[in-house]
Amino acid sequence: MSAAEPAPSQTSAKPGHLGRSLPRFEDAALLTGRGRFLDDLPVGPATLQAAILRSPHAHARIVKLDVSAARALPGVAAVLTSAEVQALSAPLVVGVKAPMTCWPIATDRVRYVGEPVAVVVAADRYLAEDALEAIAIDYAPLPAVVDPERALAAEAPVLHEGLGGNLASDRSFRYGDPEAAFETAAHRIGITVRYPRNAVTPIETYGMVCEWDPGEDGYEVTANFQGPFSIHAVIARSLKVPGNRLRLKTPRDSGGSFGVKQGMFPVIVLMALAARLAGRPVKWIEDRLEHLTASVSATNRVVTLAAAVEADGKITALDWDQLEDVGAHLRAPEPATLYRMHGNLTGAYDIRNLAVRNRVVVTNKTPTGLNRGFGGPQVYFALERLVQKIAVTLGLDPVAVIRRNLIPAGAFPYRTASGGLYDSGDYQKALETALRDGGHAALVEKRDRVRAAGGLYGIGFATVVEPSVSNMGYVSTVMTAAERAKAGPKNGAQATATVALDPVGGVSVHVASVPQGQGHRTVLAQTVADSLGLEPAQIRVVAELDTARDAWSIASGNYASRFAAAVAGTAHLAAEQLKAKLARLAAAQLNVPAEALVFEGGRVCAADTPDNAIPFARLAATAHWAPGTIPEAAGQALRETVYWTPPQLTAPTPDDQVNSSLCHGFILDICGVAVERASGRVVIDRYVTMHDCGRVLHPGMVEGQIVGGFANAVGAALYEEYAYGPDGAFLAGSFADYLVPTVAEVPRPEILHVETPSPFTPLGAKGVGEGNCMSTPVAIANAVADALGVEDVILPLTPARVRALLDEPEPPAPAGTAPAAPPKRAGGRALAGTGSAGFAAPPQRIWDTLLDPATLEAIVPGCHKVEKLSETRFLAEVTLGVGPVKGRYSVEVALSDLVEPASVTLTASASGALGTGAGQGHVRLAATPEGGTRLDYDYEADVGGKVAAVGGRLLDGAARLVIGQFFAALGRQAGGGTKGGGATDGGATDGAGAAGPWTGLLGRLLRLLGIGS
Amino acid sequence: MPRLSADRRTEVRFTLNGRPVAGLAEPRLLLSDFLRHVVGATGTHVGCEHGVCGACTVRIDGGLARSCLTLAVQVEGCTVETVEGLAPGPARLSVLQEAFRRHHALQCGFCTAGILMSLDTLLRDEPAADKARIEEVLGGHLCRCTGYGPIVSAALDAAERLSEDPGAGDAPEERDGDV
Repeated sequence: MSAAEPAPSQTSAKPGHLGRSLPRFEDAALLTGRGRFLDDLPVGPATLQAAILRSPHAHARIVKLDVSAARALPGVAAVLTSAEVQALSAPLVVGVKAPMTCWPIATDRVRYVGEPVAVVVAADRYLAEDALEAIAIDYAPLPAVVDPERALAAEAPVLHEGLGGNLASDRSFRYGDPEAAFETAAHRIGITVRYPRNAVTPIETYGMVCEWDPGEDGYEVTANFQGPFSIHAVIARSLKVPGNRLRLKTPRDSGGSFGVKQGMFPVIVLMALAARLAGRPVKWIEDRLEHLTASVSATNRVVTLAAAVEADGKITALDWDQLEDVGAHLRAPEPATLYRMHGNLTGAYDIRNLAVRNRVVVTNKTPTGLNRGFGGPQVYFALERLVQKIAVTLGLDPVAVIRRNLIPAGAFPYRTASGGLYDSGDYQKALETALRDGGHAALVEKRDRVRAAGGLYGIGFATVVEPSVSNMGYVSTVMTAAERAKAGPKNGAQATATVALDPVGGVSVHVASVPQGQGHRTVLAQTVADSLGLEPAQIRVVAELDTARDAWSIASGNYASRFAAAVAGTAHLAAEQLKAKLARLAAAQLNVPAEALVFEGGRVCAADTPDNAIPFARLAATAHWAPGTIPEAAGQALRETVYWTPPQLTAPTPDDQVNSSLCHGFILDICGVAVERASGRVVIDRYVTMHDCGRVLHPGMVEGQIVGGFANAVGAALYEEYAYGPDGAFLAGSFADYLVPTVAEVPRPEILHVETPSPFTPLGAKGVGEGNCMSTPVAIANAVADALGVEDVILPLTPARVRALLDEPEPPAPAGTAPAAPPKRAGGRALAGTGSAGFAAPPQRIWDTLLDPATLEAIVPGCHKVEKLSETRFLAEVTLGVGPVKGRYSVEVALSDLVEPASVTLTASASGALGTGAGQGHVRLAATPEGGTRLDYDYEADVGGKVAAVGGRLLDGAARLVIGQFFAALGRQAGGGTKGGGATDGGATDGAGAAGPWTGLLGRLLRLLGIGS
Repeated sequence: MPRLSADRRTEVRFTLNGRPVAGLAEPRLLLSDFLRHVVGATGTHVGCEHGVCGACTVRIDGGLARSCLTLAVQVEGCTVETVEGLAPGPARLSVLQEAFRRHHALQCGFCTAGILMSLDTLLRDEPAADKARIEEVLGGHLCRCTGYGPIVSAALDAAERLSEDPGAGDAPEERDGDV
């Protein structure tokens, strides 16, 4: 693996600290357990803890919500519901002018699994979670829609009546003359792709402490929020306070974010209101199930993309049709995912004609927001799959198609058809270097060799322009020019930095960059040390933010890869500004012109007479100790704050051209994969990733960003999916279901660099953190498509999916392996099984026992009470556990088709804080020759909510276990017990459940683990 | 072990990083919550609370355990070691910690505590652990920032240094400017 050599400084001829891989100043604390993450911070003794009741339904009306029992529990301080939220706050501002209201809590209905319904505030989290179970809530389920294309159908369930349907935005754009280009082109080649839902879920979840000061009617929030701080305005408006009465602070350390911690702002509103209601500070730490289910997700998108192509592979026009699924609510800053790439929809290619249709649709899924790569994975998956298809269709080498279309090296700065201004690049050099140094020829030889031997091997490419430093005005492209004119222009990207001197000459730096592990403090120390001629270890950097005290603006925060390009550059400008003032001071003291001074080695001296010098610390202390000696014209050198916004980030033009980002890096990936024929497993054999991120400020950290983003992308390509059932049940609620890659799944990519410094940023740097999330999923997909010779590849490329793409029968299972289970019927988490039990008692006795509420209460596992509603309807309260999820349910059972004492049909529905279920079972009783009873049963059920999200894999086993316990108890109750070996038989999955042991040792063991009651 | 009652707190006494500590815990209190919020040892982090991510990994009586799958009352009388106990001194890092720093084997540092505990235990038991063994042990942890490669490099580097000089145990700390 190679990292870039240090680049020469743009601003100074002598080599500095910038460009070198210094050890990070952050690390010593983090390695020794002295981090200061949100949940590590001290809180006052008055602080309470919150837990959130969340919807188990994807779409339902709330029929009844009664929190009185929860409020009355010991330790509970307050319960927040939509009534209080609506009384104390305003809806969250929606980015698109659309007739829909977005509250941070469900009001009359729930629209996605995990949507908050109530917040309990209690003395500790355990008590708060106990109280969630005491909330009585009834839902009337509504039909749900999870597929964005289906959501557009006339008969689809509507989420927000005000919209009249589920389409929240529909805009078309036209640049150049796409119709003419398609008319005259030799070929029209198109592709439709469906990009799935996923998120680079951080290992630290959301966390916050909120407080309300009634005297000032102000809120104070400490949260591991990541920005952008435009969201501060959204929170303040929702809380109905001016911005100066919402003090938002971030902790020093944050356990990863990758965009995701932008999505916590609706919960900030909720917890601020909960603190107001409780009259005490409230702390909330999200758990992993909540995070995976309902924090935030990247958008899923359906893209139909067509290209007008000449015979030689030259693309003359693109026609985009993007259908963006933002989930149940359009939350700020959405539909930003769709528009962040608007200026670079033509990628790295010189394409002058462009047609775009962008539609935004709402569905019964978690609302979306920022995520590493933000909009890039969706766009480049379509564009680079299409480029590969063009090559396949025309019988060309994909490299030839890429080469034919790349923007020429001499064309920078290059204005794209849709208004993007690419700052710098030499794509040809990057491509040819990648092919040569990345061993492309050898890779092709290997592919030929493997294929000749009958193996499956493919090569994929991805060519990506990686935008960074977002234009705060790009989202307004979703509005028409007339709407924009009315709303006023939005543009720019203010970065802030402060460099200050203390009375003994120490230098401190403050930025509003809110890092989550990107080493900002180290790079800023290097930057400022270089300006002032000091050692980086002498510079103290504060990168957390306090909106009440610090210089910040709406663009503050850590997103859009803006640190190296914007924040570090602004710190450089602030340091240079301070240095200029110090130089004027020193000039007077040393009696040389300021221009003739150099700052180095902790001294300031005349360049030609180094002995004529003053120690930096002494000079720096002057304005504190002897301000009267400083001439007014020189200015006091104490503290310099610089706000910097690049002039290139202008508002969208009336004809919808927008420069959506300031910097545009370049990536060229080459991927070789082998596909295992029997299993469908994709093995990444070789991965080369070429980057041009402008000037490299810290090679070690640039490499860290690339390999980290690459690992995230391997997850998105092969393993991770926020999967939903067709009924909207969320199916990936644990790390055993949402498969974040481990070391075994992540190969080491080979990293190559070329450098074309950005002329638009103070240090020549561009963003580098997100590119591989844009390039790697499609590079892998292209390689798999090449290996299998197929077009329609859907991520994640799990073995089952890849196997299904192979047009050949599966090889037989190895000898001794049980045959595979038949597929379950479609649905969320379906549960089905059959079995039998034997009893010593006669059928009538068993029948009577089964239908008697008093005995049922005694024998149903986990049963608290059974109420007989009528001769054929029963209501039971039971506690059941499946894997890690244990909770109390209300179960209503109706009996039908009663043939005493021979058969009965049971129709049951269950609901509880942890989920829902509905199903039907059939029981048949027959007398045995010995005077006992043989009971046969079958059942089929669907489950939703938490149980479906995290317990899915355990459900069948748990059901068998509970049924086994039930029949064992039934046998005891009816007299004579169960007959040997007659407990339960297999469910649908393994067809061979153990019999007696379920009620014996294993049963006890599983009970201990919380499975069963 | 005293008889536990669901609604009563019990005093749990154990040794944490060489010092005796005690605290009150309900029977259902997780060891991770107990360490962090009762004892105040916040170096151990909680990432999933279902045993997959590995961030909360600690050593109990010398063996590795997920503190999110362990109840506080289970460590009564035990010896517990956490990330706070790995460094040989306040301004010094262990060989493994120093290697992490050198190789940029951490970014946000949230999962790092658990990874250090697992790799420290591996290198204690198998100072000459090879790449395959390191990856096997690291496979029990999730890291979202690093892509794992730098962690493997750091562990291999530490293994090499430790097997060259098994008595080393720790490395001098560089000044970090972050006191």
